[in-house]
Amino acid sequence: MTTVVALGTAKGVFLLTSDKARNKFEVSPPHLPGEALYSVAIDTRGGRNRFFAGGGSWHWGPQIRYSDDLGATWSEPVERSVAFAEGTDGGPSVAQIWQIQPSTEAEPEVVYAGVEPSALFRSEDGGLTYSLVEGLWNHPHRPQWTPGGGGMCLHTVLVDPRDPNRLDVAMSTGGHYRSDDRGSTWNARNKGIKAVFLPEGQQDVEFGQCVHRIARDASDADTFFLQHHWGIYRSDDSGDTWVNIGGGEVADSGVPSDFGFPVVTHPTQGGTAYVIPLNSDMFRATAEAKCRVYRTSDSGKSWEALSTGLPQDNAHLTILRDAFCHDGQSPAGLYFGTRTGQVFGSNNDGESWSLLAENLPPVLSVRAAAID
Amino acid sequence: MAGGKAVVEAEGTTVRAVVGGIEGVRQRVLDDQGRVRVHVNLFVNGAHIRELDGLDTAVDDGDEVVILPAVSGG
Repeated sequence: MTTVVALGTAKGVFLLTSDKARNKFEVSPPHLPGEALYSVAIDTRGGRNRFFAGGGSWHWGPQIRYSDDLGATWSEPVERSVAFAEGTDGGPSVAQIWQIQPSTEAEPEVVYAGVEPSALFRSEDGGLTYSLVEGLWNHPHRPQWTPGGGGMCLHTVLVDPRDPNRLDVAMSTGGHYRSDDRGSTWNARNKGIKAVFLPEGQQDVEFGQCVHRIARDASDADTFFLQHHWGIYRSDDSGDTWVNIGGGEVADSGVPSDFGFPVVTHPTQGGTAYVIPLNSDMFRATAEAKCRVYRTSDSGKSWEALSTGLPQDNAHLTILRDAFCHDGQSPAGLYFGTRTGQVFGSNNDGESWSLLAENLPPVLSVRAAAID
Repeated sequence: MAGGKAVVEAEGTTVRAVVGGIEGVRQRVLDDQGRVRVHVNLFVNGAHIRELDGLDTAVDDGDEVVILPAVSGG
């Protein structure tokens, strides 16, 4: 059993490998050197150990490539595997691959890709070729979605473990949308999430929120945790309604700031989620110059700081939305990377952390898994 | 792309046909809608195609088409 942490960075993919104890990791040389990989994924379904990397060079455009041999070789599609058909209304072109999400075990050949400009693609051949999910592309809200600082990104794709026809996506900006029919129709489900960047009196909107990330609870598939552009939220009804569980209107929530990018749920313990607070949208660095992961174990009623082993002096780090993950094991391995090239890991549910790698390019995406 | 070769011979009567006829080149040089990517420049016999007829620029036997990525990025 090997634990692998895949890093998508601004200059290539790096693979960190360890044994099951996960005390010490070896760092690979860069794969796809020089390319900006905004998304990585590890697909262990169907007897595979397939590593995906999405992104590419500034010059030649983005694409999705995969490796079935731990990064030794990568696919090199002659034709782009994720692309809008010529003549698509509006003349779009895929500008970035923000998310690669394998579906459930029930359909091991299905893989989703969330791209800029706010579109969802689906592969039904294990991630080799992709088709546009037209129901979302043709959504009547589309003309009113606007790009956030990173572009018009569709960055979160969740497939319901009970029914792979139920899909959730999130975009910045646009908000959270759910489909109950495999992507044919979509409804905005953002009730309760305040768009604080809009004028007072106009913040309770149907859509247009700047959702930074959503994660599903380990024990209740109808429960989500959500990090917003200000505000941490939970939904217990599959996103129909949301309640604020951190900062803002919640006094003494325990988090020093409710601004941040990633949110990760524990792989096995329900009601347990992790965030990494940043100072503010104007100062996107770890809050109060301390690098701390905050954990709730009671569905957001309280939060505790996890700081053992993390820098606590002059720590002005930025952790992006896709750069924090777990490895699915118990106790949970947790891993996050920074824009300044550090990677921190915990092998004990976040109780303590260690520096796994440093001096890497900016870390954009992190995924981890135990593989045979 | 192009089998890793820096120089290849290709057929076509326009720049669009030439770049589309080399393995792996079209998807890198052109976007999903067949437009030249922002950071890519194409020259025919030393002249930038934006000074000519763009991708419709005519190409004859022996002409030289150069694909030059701009040195951009961080």
